[in-house]
Amino acid sequence: MRLSKNYGRAAVVLLAGSLSLTACSAGSGGSTADGAAENTAVTVALTGEPVNLDFTTTAGAAIPQALMSNVYEGLVEIDQDGEIQPLLAESWELSEDRKTYTFKLREGAKFSNGEAFTAEDVKFSIERVQSDAWVSSLKAKMDVVDFVEVVSDTEVAVTLKQPSNAWLFDMGTLVGAMFDPSGVDDLANTAIGTGPYAIEAWNRGQSIELAARDDYWGEKPGVETASLRYFADAVATTNALQSGDVDVVYNMQAPELLSSFESDDKFQVLEGTSNGEIVLSMNNNEAPFDDVRVRQAVMHAIDRQAVVDTAWNGYGTVVGGPVPPTDPYYEDLNDVYPYDPAKAKELLKEAGAENLNITFTVPTRPYATAVSEIVVSQLAEVGINAKIESSEFPAVWLDEVFTKQDYQMSVVLAVEGRDVLSMFNNPDYYLGYDNSKIKDKAAEADAADEAGYVSGMQDVVRTIVDDAAANVLFIFPNIVVADANVTGIPANSVTEALDLTNIGWK
Amino acid sequence: MAIRLLINLARFVVTYVAATVLVFLFMRTIPGDPAQIALGVNATPELLAQTRAEFGTDRPLIVQYFDWALGLPFGDFGISYVTRQDISPLVLDRVQVSLILVVLAMIVALLIAIPFGTYAAVKHRNPSGIVISGISQLGVALPNFLAGILLVVVFAVGLGWFPANGWTPPGEDFGDFLSRVFLPVLALASVQGAILTRYVRSAVMEVMSEDYLRTARAKGLGKLEALVKHGLRNASIPVLTVTSVQLAALIIGAVVIERVFVIPGLGSMLLDAVGNRDLLTVQSVVMVLVAITLIINLVVDVLYTVLDPRIRKKA
Repeated sequence: MRLSKNYGRAAVVLLAGSLSLTACSAGSGGSTADGAAENTAVTVALTGEPVNLDFTTTAGAAIPQALMSNVYEGLVEIDQDGEIQPLLAESWELSEDRKTYTFKLREGAKFSNGEAFTAEDVKFSIERVQSDAWVSSLKAKMDVVDFVEVVSDTEVAVTLKQPSNAWLFDMGTLVGAMFDPSGVDDLANTAIGTGPYAIEAWNRGQSIELAARDDYWGEKPGVETASLRYFADAVATTNALQSGDVDVVYNMQAPELLSSFESDDKFQVLEGTSNGEIVLSMNNNEAPFDDVRVRQAVMHAIDRQAVVDTAWNGYGTVVGGPVPPTDPYYEDLNDVYPYDPAKAKELLKEAGAENLNITFTVPTRPYATAVSEIVVSQLAEVGINAKIESSEFPAVWLDEVFTKQDYQMSVVLAVEGRDVLSMFNNPDYYLGYDNSKIKDKAAEADAADEAGYVSGMQDVVRTIVDDAAANVLFIFPNIVVADANVTGIPANSVTEALDLTNIGWK
Repeated sequence: MAIRLLINLARFVVTYVAATVLVFLFMRTIPGDPAQIALGVNATPELLAQTRAEFGTDRPLIVQYFDWALGLPFGDFGISYVTRQDISPLVLDRVQVSLILVVLAMIVALLIAIPFGTYAAVKHRNPSGIVISGISQLGVALPNFLAGILLVVVFAVGLGWFPANGWTPPGEDFGDFLSRVFLPVLALASVQGAILTRYVRSAVMEVMSEDYLRTARAKGLGKLEALVKHGLRNASIPVLTVTSVQLAALIIGAVVIERVFVIPGLGSMLLDAVGNRDLLTVQSVVMVLVAITLIINLVVDVLYTVLDPRIRKKA
């Protein structure tokens, strides 16, 4: 008898529990719908959580995405059009010999630990990148700096070993982040910067909560608190958006889920551009792709627009080269290798490479698997039989393809900004491109004035494309789905940062 | 009884040590260099060497093994390659979340299985009993993650009654905790409940055919009354065995469900750590799961002897 009584009690508890649940969840749904006018918080869904908060020792896009522009700031920043704009430096002057930048610093900027931002901090931050404290491979971008001089509290002069156009741009990325000497003890857990937000809480496996700082030097951001919530996959993000748990899904990785949002007035879908290139790599060191004609055949064999349309629902930009439209030396190179299967066959015949059998190593990423099917079918039409081999990303892909260069063809999203030289001006890089033809040109371009930089780099890029070093299928779109009332979303993802400062509500 | 307990303990230790060796070796055979993953695509050989030295992955395997395995019993799991923090407190955080999920799911599963299973047994010739038995058969075939996805589609995205995912600790906001934990627990419990219903049904049917129940009924007790008074204690032993085995299965199911519902438990931690080749974290989380499973078995063994005097005497 005892048992059955317990059942009864349990059933009552369960029933009461479920009733209270429905009641409270209905309540929370209501508040997001009508509380929009005085909304001071925004929740952004992202995929891929930072493993720690220290981008000076840990690679990956997630950490700078959350922290740059929001918590950390640089002397300059890269705007939505890819232009360099002043940030912690009000202005700067470049010496006659183009080697010394003298920055005039903004007054009144403070780190979130209360310390004032001064010229000493600039010297400290730049020199720290060059020291052993930085383990990130991006530190090489600071190699060009010869020395840093503190002129006064608000003036600092940076002298380069040789003129470099790339350097000032890089100062707008994470290597240019400004640190306080007393704020670097525990970077993995504590981020102290001059930015508009400070980290209020970090719930591992869940979210990072940012709160607007009262003592920020610049304009107040659009919302008081911003919550970055991390999800394992795209479906979970759109589920959360639909059930009202998040307001913005940034950098959506599943365009096939968009249709229901596109037709719904409650949501907005934005397509921005990004720095990311979908690179169909051909191992330049390995047969059959050590023959330029075979690589050129692949360029002609693939209808890049069809790839974007089929694999990524038409989102993405076809550019024909390894440079996104937001870079200063961008030009449309689609005409170099128009889709021409006949020409491809001809080239293959010339190279004596008819009926090729190759292995196509595809990393386990949504874009890569989506792209691989159509690439394989287009290659088949010109007589290249590609066998797909799946490769766990990042671990196995990095090991086999990237480090050991044990592959024939692969496809990967290269996300770093202005990365054409890091991809092609290094014969040890996994693409295996012989850089002898571009090495000197690239160095000259970097050292030239701005006009010379643009024309020199265009020359470099054209050489790379002529050599068919790799087939850049398309520029990865930055797709954003959001509540229709959210404003100020930076749709273009031009640097690694997700700048939250302008996000607000209608 | 003491001897039995000692044997159990010895088995516990041997299994645990064997598991540490296997898990350690397995993690070394899967491809992928933790240092390369931590540094990314532009790492130089010098930086890689420096990072490997820092991680200790350049030391001989045997040194790496003892360094890790000897720390385990003292709760020292080492430093994570990716978070660069002590692993133990991070694991402890996640264990709580997973245990809440698993325990709630098991309670709900038993609340489903005991009444329905008993009913299906008592009425095994009636249509209602056959229907219950059929539904439970379907539930057994349903994978946890599919149940989870279906629940999200219907109750979160479709009807909007519950959040689709996420986690709030019960101490922070209990109402929100309940609303977030409801669907994942239901996903786990519905499948478990179906499995357990079938075991309860067969256990009860077996007990019903025993002589002592017939005697009880002959004395004038009703079918259900006889069962509750005399049969359920005996039926509970096979059910307990299955519950313990299923508890282990539930922990594995939770790993997947945590992914579907974006819950920061051990499962999410494990999958992230595998992806990042955070070897020490993977090893440690797996060993925590192994330990939990072994402890459950140990406890169940002890419970047997309490529940069934015959087992006590055998030892």
